[in-house]
Amino acid sequence: MSDHEYTPSSKFGKWFNDRLPLLTLANHLTDYPTPKNLNYWWTFGGILTFCLITQIVTGLVLAMHYIAHADMAFSSVEHIMRDVNYGWLLRYVHANGASMFFLAVYIHIFRSLFYGSYKSPREIIWILGIIIYLLMMAAAFMGYVLPWGQMSFWGATVITNLFSAIPLVGESITTWLWGGYSVDNPTLTRFFTLHYLIPFLILGLVVLHIWALHVPGNNNPVGIDIKKPSKDTVPFHPYIVIKDAFALLMFCIVFALFVFYQPNILGHADNYIEADPLVTPAHIVPEWYLLPFYAILRSVPDKLMGVVAMLSAILILAALPWLDTSKVRSAVFRPLFRQFYWILVADVLILGYVGAMPAEGLYLLIARVATAYYFAHFLIILPVLGWKEKTTPLPLSITEPVLGGSPNLAAARSDEKIEKTIK
Amino acid sequence: MSKLKNILFVLIFSIIVLNSSNSAEKSPPFLETKWTFKGLFGKFDRASLQRGYQVYTEVCASCHSMKYLTYRNLAEKGGPEFSEAEAKAIAASFEVTDGPDSTGEMFVRPAKLSDKFVMPYANEQEAKAANGGAYPPDMSVLVKARKGGADYIYSLLLGYSEPPEGIELDDGVYYNKYMYGNKIKMPAPLSDDLIEYTDGTKATAEQMSKDVTNFLMWSAEPHLEQRHKTGFRVIAYLIILTVLVYFTMKKIWSRVESKV
Repeated sequence: MSDHEYTPSSKFGKWFNDRLPLLTLANHLTDYPTPKNLNYWWTFGGILTFCLITQIVTGLVLAMHYIAHADMAFSSVEHIMRDVNYGWLLRYVHANGASMFFLAVYIHIFRSLFYGSYKSPREIIWILGIIIYLLMMAAAFMGYVLPWGQMSFWGATVITNLFSAIPLVGESITTWLWGGYSVDNPTLTRFFTLHYLIPFLILGLVVLHIWALHVPGNNNPVGIDIKKPSKDTVPFHPYIVIKDAFALLMFCIVFALFVFYQPNILGHADNYIEADPLVTPAHIVPEWYLLPFYAILRSVPDKLMGVVAMLSAILILAALPWLDTSKVRSAVFRPLFRQFYWILVADVLILGYVGAMPAEGLYLLIARVATAYYFAHFLIILPVLGWKEKTTPLPLSITEPVLGGSPNLAAARSDEKIEKTIK
Repeated sequence: MSKLKNILFVLIFSIIVLNSSNSAEKSPPFLETKWTFKGLFGKFDRASLQRGYQVYTEVCASCHSMKYLTYRNLAEKGGPEFSEAEAKAIAASFEVTDGPDSTGEMFVRPAKLSDKFVMPYANEQEAKAANGGAYPPDMSVLVKARKGGADYIYSLLLGYSEPPEGIELDDGVYYNKYMYGNKIKMPAPLSDDLIEYTDGTKATAEQMSKDVTNFLMWSAEPHLEQRHKTGFRVIAYLIILTVLVYFTMKKIWSRVESKV
């Protein structure tokens, strides 16, 4: 992994490192040359690692007190909230932690989309990321079922019922998933087991994600290949470490505001009602982070096609490195792409909004248009844009002036500045 | 162009944030009252919690259970904070079935601090049978289980009126403008001077509604005061640390010609 040989200074260090090169790894992580122009959107990788560790640690302790049984799950959660020392804190950190995790992952993904971080040679990093994202959704969904409130139960019923759309074997698959003929105790216990397992799978994939990142190195806001190490890079420690720490602390302040002052605002009130298979809630809605996909699912009249559309909406991202035909990575040098990028962001926000609304009338119409646009962005706009778009000149390096033009370094730092330069 | 884009985004974002929790049905705005438990340092009004318990036990408890509360909670910090003797006396006024004893028999004894709140009905079926088929929900986490929380509960308690013209109500169904669908099977539970407060406060319907809602808020969030207190410390600590890390970062990055 490292570009140069590392020899520990102490004798024991050398002895140990010859047998297990942990010190070489530590040295690589410390010296890892990082582009020095990374902006704050690049700090979310570290923030996400923090989120994952927070979820695992709080989740472990919660699992010591939680009882995965249909008759006891709800009251065991109340027991945690009332009688376990700092149980309320653990549970609110864990529940809001899921939301913060998704907030961070969406910023991370959209950063990648803006700066073209998914393009060659970083396709594997990107695809690993998509798999992590999929697993995150599975873990979050199953975690939401565990308190066994009304939304837990009915959310689980709606989502597992999607599998019944599969032709021929759908019904049997659903029964197999449930472990019975409806969502019940066997469903709860298996969801608990899987909810416990998935974070560790994610942890493993995160290691691969970072490993794959350390092969080509970070992309950067200018999006050009840079020589590493060079005057365009800084060692990871202390430069990036301190910057990530600063961003993480800012993130933690927002996190803490939710946990301590609005711990239930991101959840649904119905989930404080114990699950009742005989009473269906007026509106069954998933957690906010799944709403755009829920909107896509409901915008297709046919159940099977709806499921296909929803899955494709996620899987299409895996094909993105090949759908985007432009050789230029960063949107900073792609004036047209930049416009479409922001339209896509707005489109996803709109999908999230209509996902929370009843699927009828105007909402349904908006959902259909937004769904169509979502797919058009990836399947039509991106490939065409690659040939048609006239990109602005790229700089030779982060520190050197732009090829044949005025120094454009400042522009790369912020979107707003570049727009002024273009004008 | 850039400004326009920003404005557009703020607009879309605020519409989404403001509306996302709204369902299609519109209910009138909730009645306004000042809650002491809101805000950065929000705390419960101790006297109000004690009165609220009195309203609960003398009025609500005849139909509504609070199965996640124990009598010891009444004496705990951050709650109504009855003295231990008072809480013991309250518990002792209820009877619970315990056992089996050494001869294998079940027996009835006065409740202790460690007992859960005694439930008005033996089971859900009995509760339904006694209330015209409607199940009076358990009140332990009721405030968190309703959109609008404390404001909703407070408004609902005071939201009874004669139905507007054109709305027919069956027997045992009442009109309440804050209830989902406006029809509720619980008759108006509170009226002026229904109970006599032990602390001499005048028992108006508003006063009782406010007190009992305070009590229900505490029962749903028994650690609210500790949460606010801890939260303030955590955030103050984080802000100080963030400032220190910020200057450290500036110092470190001053070694290279690049901005952070």
